[in-house]
Amino acid sequence: MIIGLKIYPTIYAVFLAMLDRKMNNFVGLDNFGFMLSRPSFQLVVFQSCLFAVSAVIMKAFVGFILAHLMHNIRGPSQRVWRGLLLVPWVIPLSLSTLTWWWLFDPSYSAFNWTLNWFGLETIPFLGTVWNARISVIAVNVWFGAPFFMIMYLAALKSVSEQLYEAAAIDGATAWQKLIYITLPMMRNIILITVLYSLIVTFADFDIVRILTNGGPQDGTHLFATYAFSVGIQSGNIPRGAAVSLFMFPVLATLAFFVLRDVLNRNKEVSS
Amino acid sequence: MSSATAAAGSIPQRKPKMGSLEKQRLWGLRGSFAALSVFVVIFLVPPFYMIMTSLKSSAEISAQKGNPWIVQNPTMDNFIHLATDPSFQRYFINSVWVTALVVIISMTIAILAAFSLSRMGFKGAQVLSTGVFLTYLVPPSLLFIPLFQIVGSMGLINSTWVLVLLFPTLAVPFCTWIMIGYFNSIPKELDEAALIDGASYPQILIKIFIPVALPGIIAATIFAFTVAWGGFLYPLAYLYSADQAVLTVGIVRELIRGDVFAWGMIMAACVMAAAPPIIVYTFLMDYYVAGLTAGATKG
Repeated sequence: MIIGLKIYPTIYAVFLAMLDRKMNNFVGLDNFGFMLSRPSFQLVVFQSCLFAVSAVIMKAFVGFILAHLMHNIRGPSQRVWRGLLLVPWVIPLSLSTLTWWWLFDPSYSAFNWTLNWFGLETIPFLGTVWNARISVIAVNVWFGAPFFMIMYLAALKSVSEQLYEAAAIDGATAWQKLIYITLPMMRNIILITVLYSLIVTFADFDIVRILTNGGPQDGTHLFATYAFSVGIQSGNIPRGAAVSLFMFPVLATLAFFVLRDVLNRNKEVSS
Repeated sequence: MSSATAAAGSIPQRKPKMGSLEKQRLWGLRGSFAALSVFVVIFLVPPFYMIMTSLKSSAEISAQKGNPWIVQNPTMDNFIHLATDPSFQRYFINSVWVTALVVIISMTIAILAAFSLSRMGFKGAQVLSTGVFLTYLVPPSLLFIPLFQIVGSMGLINSTWVLVLLFPTLAVPFCTWIMIGYFNSIPKELDEAALIDGASYPQILIKIFIPVALPGIIAATIFAFTVAWGGFLYPLAYLYSADQAVLTVGIVRELIRGDVFAWGMIMAACVMAAAPPIIVYTFLMDYYVAGLTAGATKG
């Protein structure tokens, strides 16, 4: 039933995307072609890729550092630190994004108050296209890094302590241990979390919708938010369906790689 | 002989080195604490500001004077106002109701599905569980527009029932995936023994699998809870009247009217809406993390 609830809409989406605005004429691939020719849609493609790639790289990086720091701390206090660092991930994203918006608020931004207090210039966080893009990415990193942290922490714990001891006897430096032991041992989990996170981040909706609603000048729209504003707010459902279907090839490719890795791992584990 | 003397000679030289290594480790530990503290401060800025603002009166916020990070005259007015506000009560009840139903439905489907996929051993079970995992990778934003048409034709638009129908599609695949992992780790001998004693499949499930896999069930339940409580896109797209809104949408859409932002009120609402997940996670975090990272520790 669940699979049916996903497959049927996908086929239906393809069908919908080929109708005209009033949904009674079949127009083939015109909606796709029209979208590709629109500059605002080209911006969406660019912004989605930029957003997903940079946010995921930073999340993985921050998560990796955090996991290492946590791994240094043994004993019960690790639980407390982990709990504190997981708070961003626990709060429903739409609510914490509202708070970020309030922090970035143009008229009374708490960040700008702090900057002014240190004698720095006021920054219009959501006012210019690039500032808004960076803000959106920052919020996503804030939200997503804890997830990477717990995944990497679990992976670090599973790396055998003997490997490090052997390396220490051979006189390996911390850097060499990282490159030759930690990274190869964690290769799989890093790959899977990054691919999975790429899917989720690429299809992200909440942050952009609340923080900027696509503005300024449509500079921060992602596929999901653009599809929402075209399909539901402007009522052009076929065109909205076409927009979200543009995500499909990217997501399918990523999903293929995730699946391949997960299945490979399962085979390794069972054998 | 010479090697022994060499070793003896090198011991006194090493002693201070060992001490410095320990010192190094101590400094590494302190460094870790310091760096982690910095991260914690950065990560907790928004929640902290959320709570601070929720304690401010509207007058204090609109005055725009002084340090915004600290509340000058703390007041509980925002919370009292919201708790007695019938529409906010409505959102809260809707959220609780949707979440409870979604969790029950998702867990029932997930446990039954995982049990049959992991134990009944019919043909294609492997393919099916792969398919289950694949559906987990379909993000909600890919299909919400065709679903809009579908639920519209079912007459469910603008009703919380649409969420009860759709949230399980997001929750069930991953819950099933977690449960399959836990069920597979239960030794086959256990249920074979039960079968020989004349137990039926439902009995095996209830008397053996559910008690043994309880940590997995808790992890999956928390996941379903998170999906249903924090979901934003579906309610935003499918519920448009205020009396059907759930908390996430209610706060974003109904509390923000025109150009006047009652930020104190909004933040108080956020605190109240974020409290249930935080409480749940505080007590059950270990189970959830263990369930999520079960795959990570395996290989």
